[in-house]
Amino acid sequence: MIQLERVSKRYPNGREALTHVSFFVDRGEMVFVTGRSGAGKSTLLKLIALLERPTRGTMTVNGRNTGTLKVRHIPAFRRQIGVVFQDHKLLADRPVFDNVALPLVVAGAPLKEIDKRVRAALDQVGLLGKERMVPVELSVGEQQRVGIARAVAGKPALIVADEPTGNLDPELAVEVMRLFKRFSDVGVTVLVATHDQHIVREFGSREIVLESGEVRGGDPDPLPSLVASR
Amino acid sequence: MNPATFATHHAQALMGALGRLARAPLATILTLLVIGLALALPAALGLLVTNAEVATGGFSQAVDMSVYLKSGETVQQAQRLAHRVRTMPGVAKVTVISAAQGLRDFRKYSGFGAALDALTSNPLPNVLRIVPRPEASSAADLERLRRDIGAWPEVQVVQLDAQWVLRFNAMLGVLRRLVLTAAVLFGAGVLAVIGNTIRLEILNRHAEIEVTKLVGGSNAFVRRPFLYTGMLYGLGGALLAWMILEAVVIGLTGPVARLAQLYGSAFIPTGLAARQCGVLFGGGVVLGWLGAWISAHHHLRRIEPRA
Repeated sequence: MIQLERVSKRYPNGREALTHVSFFVDRGEMVFVTGRSGAGKSTLLKLIALLERPTRGTMTVNGRNTGTLKVRHIPAFRRQIGVVFQDHKLLADRPVFDNVALPLVVAGAPLKEIDKRVRAALDQVGLLGKERMVPVELSVGEQQRVGIARAVAGKPALIVADEPTGNLDPELAVEVMRLFKRFSDVGVTVLVATHDQHIVREFGSREIVLESGEVRGGDPDPLPSLVASR
Repeated sequence: MNPATFATHHAQALMGALGRLARAPLATILTLLVIGLALALPAALGLLVTNAEVATGGFSQAVDMSVYLKSGETVQQAQRLAHRVRTMPGVAKVTVISAAQGLRDFRKYSGFGAALDALTSNPLPNVLRIVPRPEASSAADLERLRRDIGAWPEVQVVQLDAQWVLRFNAMLGVLRRLVLTAAVLFGAGVLAVIGNTIRLEILNRHAEIEVTKLVGGSNAFVRRPFLYTGMLYGLGGALLAWMILEAVVIGLTGPVARLAQLYGSAFIPTGLAARQCGVLFGGGVVLGWLGAWISAHHHLRRIEPRA
């Protein structure tokens, strides 16, 4: 599902955020990317969601080479990926329903289908019945779950989450992670960036540790050919 | 994309655009007013030209040419020449005014009856009065006809009574060009107004656009509501311009009709004809769409999602 071969990312200002990162995530896996802030976790997720392009190396996400994918194919590519942000990026002036429906509207789903899927997604995150509320009326944890509902509403093959528990108390954090675990149990690939070691230990999923833009531990599970070439 | 999705997207974009315009009525009305006035000005000039053409509709027929034959030529000769002129291209009508007829008319209209009685012979020549076809009434056509006929040996002189008509037509020509110039200038103004309005709206909805792109909204999808907004502005502005013009025409009808009456005309000013309305509304929508497209194309590509 995700495959990086010696991927580097250098920003226009010269900062090298990632250096020769290689790892592999199989379909249906749940993987944690950990490391201190500034280690390159966010950059990695941006590369996967094609918010940025890799500077060097080869990167394949959901069967697409993100280094060479044409700009006009990016929207369709993004529709295959559900992204959850630390600041959840909800539209503050739109009700919960509209926020969750946005990816479906963009994809041109029929209204009935949208209604059904939004309710299903909200049900999965335990927010059914709050469709008409606007995000500010919700607690931080609820807002984060609306963001997750939006990410899963389009039934993506891959969910990428950047510090989804960063603003949550430990109890809520575990709850949100259980949600992700449930998606991965039904075949969705989930990649979660977090600095919360407690969470990682609790879930026991595979971990990739980033440090100063390089893979420094965990289990990156690179392809045998890559191991051989080192 | 299947047709149903396409239609749904467009309907959503249209309803969204309408909703946003309705939610900020004051700003919408002010923008519409600016666009409406900008469209009304060239349209009013155009209306002036068409009304002037209608009011002076008889003028093209008023162009005529008097061919004075040499004094020795007989009436029979004049008839023969008239027959020849009738076969020439661009000639609508030829009448022969015999010397005797000319004298009678002169006696009747000039008031010099007594003085004419003193003459022993008729000093007037036989005259052919030529009315050219309207489509052959340009200055060049008339000049060519004048030269051709003037070269005949029986002809003394050809007098063209058309200078003022030509001047009038030239004035209309200037006005028509002015309409075109005003349409281009004010059209550019409308483009700028709509482009700027759309730019501000894009800035206001920055977050929404970013998130939409983030979840896979294509540029076309993001741009569509703005294009509809632009078209609605153009359409609304055209409607306003049309109402302004109708009001102006209604306000002018009385005084203009009185003025026309003094000139013995039953002329009444008219509003925009169906075809002109088509141009006004079509122009408004196209300008709105174009202004929005230029602005959206330019500003939307700058908004790329940043996580």
